[in-house]
Amino acid sequence: MRHILSVLLENEAGALSRVVGLFSARGYNIDSLSVATTEDTTMSRMTIVTHGSDDVIEQITKQLNKLIEVVKVVDLTDGNHIERELMLVKVRAAGKDRDEMKRMADIFRGRILDVTDKSYTIELTGDSHKLDAFIAAIEPGVILETVRTGASGIGRGERILKI
Amino acid sequence: MTKPTLTGAEIVVRCIAEENVDFVFGYPGGAVLNIYDEIFKQDKFKHVLVRHEQAAVHAADAYSRSSTKIGVALVTSGPGLTNAVTGIATAYMDSIPMVIISGQVPTHAIGQDAFQECDTVGITRPCVKHNFLVKDVKDLALTMKKAFYIATTGRPGPVLVDIPKDVTQHSCAYEYPKEISMRSYNPNIKGHSGQIKKAVQLLLDAKRPMIYAGGGVVLNDAAPQLTKLVRMLGAPCTNTLMGLGGFPASDPQFVGMLGMHGTYEANMAMQECDVLFAVGARFDDRVIGNPNHFYREGRKIIHIDIDPSSISKRVKVDVPIVGYVKDVLEEMVAMLEQGDKRPDPVALKAWWTTVKGWQSKNCLAFKPAKDDGKIKPQAVVQALWKATNGDAIITSDVGQHQMWAAQYYPFDKPRKWINSGGLGTMGVGIPYAMGAQLANPDATVACITGEGSVQMCIQELSTCKQYHIPMKIVNLNNRSLGMVRQWQEFFYGNRYAESYMDALPDFVKLAEAYGHVGMKIEKAGDVEGALREAIKLKDRLVFMDFITDETENVFPMIPGGKGLSEMILAEEL
Repeated sequence: MRHILSVLLENEAGALSRVVGLFSARGYNIDSLSVATTEDTTMSRMTIVTHGSDDVIEQITKQLNKLIEVVKVVDLTDGNHIERELMLVKVRAAGKDRDEMKRMADIFRGRILDVTDKSYTIELTGDSHKLDAFIAAIEPGVILETVRTGASGIGRGERILKI
Repeated sequence: MTKPTLTGAEIVVRCIAEENVDFVFGYPGGAVLNIYDEIFKQDKFKHVLVRHEQAAVHAADAYSRSSTKIGVALVTSGPGLTNAVTGIATAYMDSIPMVIISGQVPTHAIGQDAFQECDTVGITRPCVKHNFLVKDVKDLALTMKKAFYIATTGRPGPVLVDIPKDVTQHSCAYEYPKEISMRSYNPNIKGHSGQIKKAVQLLLDAKRPMIYAGGGVVLNDAAPQLTKLVRMLGAPCTNTLMGLGGFPASDPQFVGMLGMHGTYEANMAMQECDVLFAVGARFDDRVIGNPNHFYREGRKIIHIDIDPSSISKRVKVDVPIVGYVKDVLEEMVAMLEQGDKRPDPVALKAWWTTVKGWQSKNCLAFKPAKDDGKIKPQAVVQALWKATNGDAIITSDVGQHQMWAAQYYPFDKPRKWINSGGLGTMGVGIPYAMGAQLANPDATVACITGEGSVQMCIQELSTCKQYHIPMKIVNLNNRSLGMVRQWQEFFYGNRYAESYMDALPDFVKLAEAYGHVGMKIEKAGDVEGALREAIKLKDRLVFMDFITDETENVFPMIPGGKGLSEMILAEEL
C-alpha cells in the first residue's frame, strides 16, 4: 500500500540525513521525499511517499518518531488529504507534434513556461497519478526531459500537523 | 552572580564534573589537546588512559552497565574516533547510556580533508542514539546537557558530541543548565493504565503463564519489582542473555536462560504457554528463532517496553504497554495487591508439572572429567561460581565461553553480568572488566574469555597494570574459535575453515611481561585450586590459562532459522 507520511522536524543540519539513513539502514522504500522549512524557520516539514505492508508502515512511523529531531509524524493516507506534485516536462514540439503538445498541456491544465521553435517546457501540477497519466498519454519519444518534485501533502479540513 | 567566561575546553571539563562523573576513559590526540590540558588542571574526575580507543568506549560502557552511573569516553578526531566505533555500536545494540566526546579538526578545516579529519557525525549516525557537532562554543554547555539527558532517559543509548578544536579554544559565558526540555524529544515513560489493567487480568486468567524478562529490567533497575510480581503470579520466569540477574537464578521459579543456547524448559515453556508476558525484551532472532515457528494460535502476548518500535517488530503483540518497566511493574503489583483475584492454583500446579517434566531432561548436564583428564570448560565456570560465592561481577567476550558463562554461572543480582549481547563484539572482556572494576572497586571481577577473543584487546593488560585493576582472567583455551568451529562441525561437514588458532602466545609469559601473574592449568583436578589461589591474590591481576577439552560444544542449541522447540540436545548426538 502507498502511504504519504508528513514529518515535522527540527530544521537542523543533518536531520534530513538521519531520516534518509533510517530508510536505507532498515530497508524501507522511499518513492519520493520533499522537504522545506515551514513558516517557523526552526522547523522543517517533510513529505515522504513510501509503500509497504501495514506492519512495515507502523515500524517506519515508530522509527521516525524515535529520531531525536523528529517532532511529529502523521500518516496522511489515514484520512482525507490533498496531495500535489509539480512536474516540469520538456517535450519535442516540432511539426505535427507542436499542436498536439499544446492540446495535451491544455487537457491536463498544464502551462507552457518556455518555448523554442523545437520544444515546449510544460509545468504540470496534480497528484502523482495525474502526472503519471500525462506521461502515459504522450508519446514517449517526444519527451526530452522530466523533473518532478515528489509529492507534498496536507490534511483536509481541521486535520492540522503543528506543535 | 555573573556567569564566568570559560574556554570550550574548560566548559567540557566543567560539564563532565557537573554530571558527577568519576572516570573518563580516553586517549589524547591533536584535536583534544585543549581538553586534556584542562583535565590535567582539575581533580573532580579521574582520567583512565587506555591503550586503544575501542577499549576506552568498552570500559565506559561497562562502567554504565555495572553501576547506576554513566560512562564517559574521550577520543581524538579521525582514527581516534574510527577506533571507537566498534565500542559505540556495541553499546548502542545493548541500549547502554554513555556519552562519547570526540575531537574534531577546527571548523574552518572541516571538509578540507584535513589531517586526522573524518565525518564523525556521519560515521557514527547509525550507531548512536543521537549525535551532535558543536560549531559554536555558545552551544557547548547546552549540547553537553542534552547529551547526558538523551543518553540516560527513555530507551538509553550512547550519545556522541563532536567538538572542533577551535571551539575548545573560544570562550563564552558559562552556565550549566539545571533542567532541560526538548520539544522534539519526550519519551513516553508512563504505561497506559487501561492496558496495564488488561495485562493483569490476562495474567490472572492464564492457565499456563510464562514470564520472559530482558535487559530492560536490568537497565531500568526493575529487578525487585519483577521479582515481586513473578512470585505473586507463581509463573515460571526466564531471562534473556541481557536480562540475567534481573530475576534471581536461585529462585525455584527461574527456568534458566532462553534462546539459541537456552534451557530446554525455558524454550519449551515459551512455546507452550497460553499467556506470555515479555518485560523489557525484544524477541530477537537469537531468542525466539524463527518468528513464524514461534507463532502459536491462541497464545496471548503482553509486552512492556520503553521503546514503541520494539513492540510488534518481530512478533505481533496483543497487549502493548509503552513505559518504564519499573513503573509499570510497580503498578501491576499494586493492582494485584488491591484486588481479590489470585492466579488459579490448580491450573498453575498442572503447568508446573509439565515444566518440571521438561526440567527433568537436565539439559545442561555434561560428562565430568577425571582429575587427570582434560578440563571441561563448563566445570571451570561452575568452579568459578563456587570460588566467588556466586557474587562476582562476570564479564565475558563472545563465543562458546560466553554461553557457558551465561549457562553455568547463575546470577542472583542484576548488573553482575556484563557482556556484548546484541552486537556480539569479541574483545570486550578485558575492557569490560576494567570499567566494572573501577565502578565497583571492592567487588571480585572476573573476565571469562577464550584465546581468540582475549587477543582482540590484549593490549589493555597494560592499562590494568597502570591503574592496578586486579581482575581475574579465566581463559578457556580450546585452541580454536570455538563457536565457529561448532557451527562448522554441525553444519559445514567438519570443514574447519580458519577456526583453528595456531601459534598462540605463552599466556603465562604474556601476563608476566605486562607485570601480572600468569597461571597455566591443564588438568581437571587442578581447576578449583588454581581459582582459589588466584582469588586470594586480591590486589593482583591473574591470567589463568585453562587448557580445555577442545571437543566440547554448547548445548542445547537451536540451529539458525529453526524454532524454539527444535533444539539439539547434547544427549541426541
